[in-house]
Order: sequence, then structure tokens, then C-alpha cells
Amino acid sequence: MESLSNRKKVVSDKPMTFVESLYLPAIFSGMMVTLKHMFKRRKTIKYPEEQRVFAPVYRGMHVLKRDEQGRENCTACGLCAVACPAEAITMVAAEREKGEENLYREEKYAEIYEINMLRCIFCGLCEEACPKEAIFLTDRIVPTEYERNEFIYGKDMLVEKLDKRIDITKRQDTGKRGAV
Amino acid sequence: MDTALIIEKFVLVVILFLISLGIAAYSTYFERKLAAWIQDRVGPDRAGPFGILQPIADGVKMFLKEDFTPQNSDKWLFIIGPGIAMFTALITSAIIPWGPDITLFGRTMSLQVTDFNVGVLYIFGVVSIGVYGIMIGGWASNNKYSLFGAIRASSQMISYELAMGISLITIVLMSGSLSLTDIVNKQHGMDWNIWYQPISFLVFFICSLAETNRAPFDLPECESELIGGYHTEYSSMKLGLFLFSEYVAMFVSSALMAILFFGGYNFPGMDAFSGNLLALLCVVAFFAKIFFFIFVIMWIRWTIPRFRFDQLMHLGWKTLIPIAIINMLITGLVIAFNQGWF
Repeated sequence: MESLSNRKKVVSDKPMTFVESLYLPAIFSGMMVTLKHMFKRRKTIKYPEEQRVFAPVYRGMHVLKRDEQGRENCTACGLCAVACPAEAITMVAAEREKGEENLYREEKYAEIYEINMLRCIFCGLCEEACPKEAIFLTDRIVPTEYERNEFIYGKDMLVEKLDKRIDITKRQDTGKRGAV
Repeated sequence: MDTALIIEKFVLVVILFLISLGIAAYSTYFERKLAAWIQDRVGPDRAGPFGILQPIADGVKMFLKEDFTPQNSDKWLFIIGPGIAMFTALITSAIIPWGPDITLFGRTMSLQVTDFNVGVLYIFGVVSIGVYGIMIGGWASNNKYSLFGAIRASSQMISYELAMGISLITIVLMSGSLSLTDIVNKQHGMDWNIWYQPISFLVFFICSLAETNRAPFDLPECESELIGGYHTEYSSMKLGLFLFSEYVAMFVSSALMAILFFGGYNFPGMDAFSGNLLALLCVVAFFAKIFFFIFVIMWIRWTIPRFRFDQLMHLGWKTLIPIAIINMLITGLVIAFNQGWF
């Protein structure tokens, strides 16, 4: 058949010529290839000292955002858990009591919110599904642990601290509440 | 025998011992670096600047590992196996002429532990004992893979020793002596044997790769088939000795190639110097040649895939030996013709 890619090679098993059967020319050309590689630029990134520059759209560890007054955006609607193809998100909703208006933005909030980082495939669908601009993926890396249980991140790991807000504008600028 | 001679030789032996081990240690470092460079990697760079302390770290690691002896192994043979491998790799360096005579403290000293008049035969004797280290080690382990490695090593050694010996006869014919010192002195300046015996060199080079169990002839320790081959059951410094002896053997066989075919310590323009300066430059030239060969051997290892066993035997018996014999006959005829025997 006609080759479309121009890279087609006809394979044959015809007997080797005398020069080919010496193998030495082939060995020398192989050694020239490796010699060339000896002087090539190394592609290694020496990790602890150097860090790879992330792409602007990199999807890393999640964050549950608070609004400008420090109230949690999440209302535990569960759309992220429904959207999640890996079923990594689970939550338990609770009603906001009197006097908690400074903690939670809406009347309903997530009492427990867990993401299993071993299940998560960092697709970003939770972020897309979220109607309240509560969950975002950031440019942070999920650190390694020794136990599997430690990869199930609760609210203590996910909700941003009041004094240590997570800047998500690097990855995306929504122009709304999400960006602090 | 006077005391000064004994001290002089003793010092030389100790220096040679240290140099052999030091070069072997840094060969492991350089091998890893070279492998990394060929594969576009960086290689060991954590221990010290550029990873220069890596061999020391490796040595410490080897010593601290558990020294395990398999239950049904032959304990005595299991212990002396690596010892023999290391011993034979080291004693070859005794007859290598490292440089011309030097004058120190009013004494003329030879930079050679001993000048055997049958040096070439000595090398062959020692090299063929060398396989016993691998054989005994592999057999004593009481492990199928080790035994296969040992069998491969011995059959490979037998096959390639022949071609190696025959290729060396041409050099002996041309030099008219079995002493390595005479062979080196015959190749004064740039008058090296390689210009007269390139085919002989090629055969010798391939055979020494096979004798030192280096890739592409590293079938005895073929990790994909034999899980390490003869040293499968070894651990700790016994394994270290096996691995180390390979590098010492590589160093010594590089030295032999330099001596037999590339003029040993001779270098072009050496007549302009004399005395200790000449000796120093000669040693430098000799080591430059040795390092070049070590580099080439490593370069080959990281380029060419391993032979299959039948290919190995085919190459040894049906290719190298006929080539070596024909080369020897032609050399003999030419020498006889030059001597006016016809």
C-alpha cells in the first residue's frame, strides 16, 4: 500500500553482505551515536535544588476557599462529589447555627469534607462543577506520606487558613470571589 | 639480595597495590558517570562535589551489609572464591613495566616489580587461574544460576584464551622475546606494534573484553538471564571483591594492551628528555594510554548489547581463532623471509 507518512521501511531478511557480517562498521556507528550523546545537554532537573516550572494551568492540591470576610464558601451541595470521576470526594452537610455567621457564608455548610488524594486524578471537574467558587486546584504538590490513611485530606488540610490565604490567581483569574 | 632492594620492591608493590585499588574504585565511579552521560543523565553527584566521594560511600555500604553465607554452600570455597578473583587480578600488575629506570637516592630503580623473561607466559598463567575465582565462587554457592554463570565463565575463558594466545604470538615473533620490558623497548618512540599488527590487536582486544567478562561478553553475570550469575549468592564485601576484581582486571588488561600494542610508556618525542623527567613523562604517557583503554572498554559496554551464548562461541571458535592463526602464519612467513630463510 502507498505510504502516507513517508517513514515506511521495507523489512527484508536478505543475507548480510561481507562487510555487514563483520559487524565492526555497525559497532563503530553505534559507538559514534553514544559518543554524540556524551556531549549532549543533560535534561535532568536536580529536584531539591532546582524545581521544574509548572505550566500556568497545572492542577495540583485542592483548596477550599474562604470569602473576603473569612467565611467558608462551601455549602456542601455535593456537586463536586457527583462530578468527581474518581469518586474521591465525600462530605457530610450540617446546618449553620446562630452565631456561626462569621464562619460559614450560607445556611448550610460541610461538616466533614474529605478528598482521598490517592483516588484523585486531578482532572479539575470538581472545580468546574462548584457553583459557589469554593473548591479550586492550586499549583501545590500533594506531599508523600508513609500511610495510606494520611492521604485522605480533611477540612483541616483543605480549607485555607485565615492568616495564610492561598493565592489561586497564578492558575486562574476568575475575577470573582475566588480570587483573593 | 641487599636490604635496599627489598625495601625498594616492597614500596613499589605497596604503591602498585594502592594504585590498582584506587583506579579500580574510581573506575566504578567513572563507569557510572559515563553510563549516565551516554544516556543523557547526570550520574552520581550527591556524595561530595560531582559525586567524587561515591566510591568511598559504596565501599562503606559494602562493608556494612550483612555478610550472608547460604546454608548448603561450601563455606570454605565460598570464602576463597572472591579472594582468588581479586588475587589473580592484582598479581598480573607485578610484571608490568610502568616506566623506564629512575634514579633516586643514588640508586637506579626499575619501575617494575620483576622483569620475568617469560612475562607473556606468566600473564597467561595468571589469567587462566583467574577463572577459578569465578568458577569456585559460582560452584560453592550451591545455586543453579551461579553454577550456570560459572560454567559460562569457564567455557568462555577456554574459548577466548586460545585466540588471545595466538594473537600474542605475533608480538612475540616480532619482538623476539617473552619479556614485557623487551617488548616495550622494541617499540621506541612512535614505532608501536599496532602499526604492524592491527588485526592481532583487534583479536587481542576482543579477547581481553571476553577474559575480563566485560560487555558485550558479560554472559557469566548476565543479570537478565542469570540474576547476577556467579555472584548471585554473594553479599557484603565478598560481592564487593568480585565486582572490584573485574575493575582491577580491566585496569591490568588495559595496561597490557598499552604495553603490547601501543608502545607501553613510549611516546613520540621521548628522545628530547632524559633521566627522572623522562621516567615521569613516560609514566604519565603510559597511564594516559591505560585510561584511554579503560574509557573505550566502558564506552563499548554502554553501546553494544550482550552476545547470545551461541554467538559468543561462534565468534570465538569460528572467527577469531582462524583469523589469529592466519595472521600468525603470515607474520611468521614475513619474518622468515626478512631473515633470509628462503
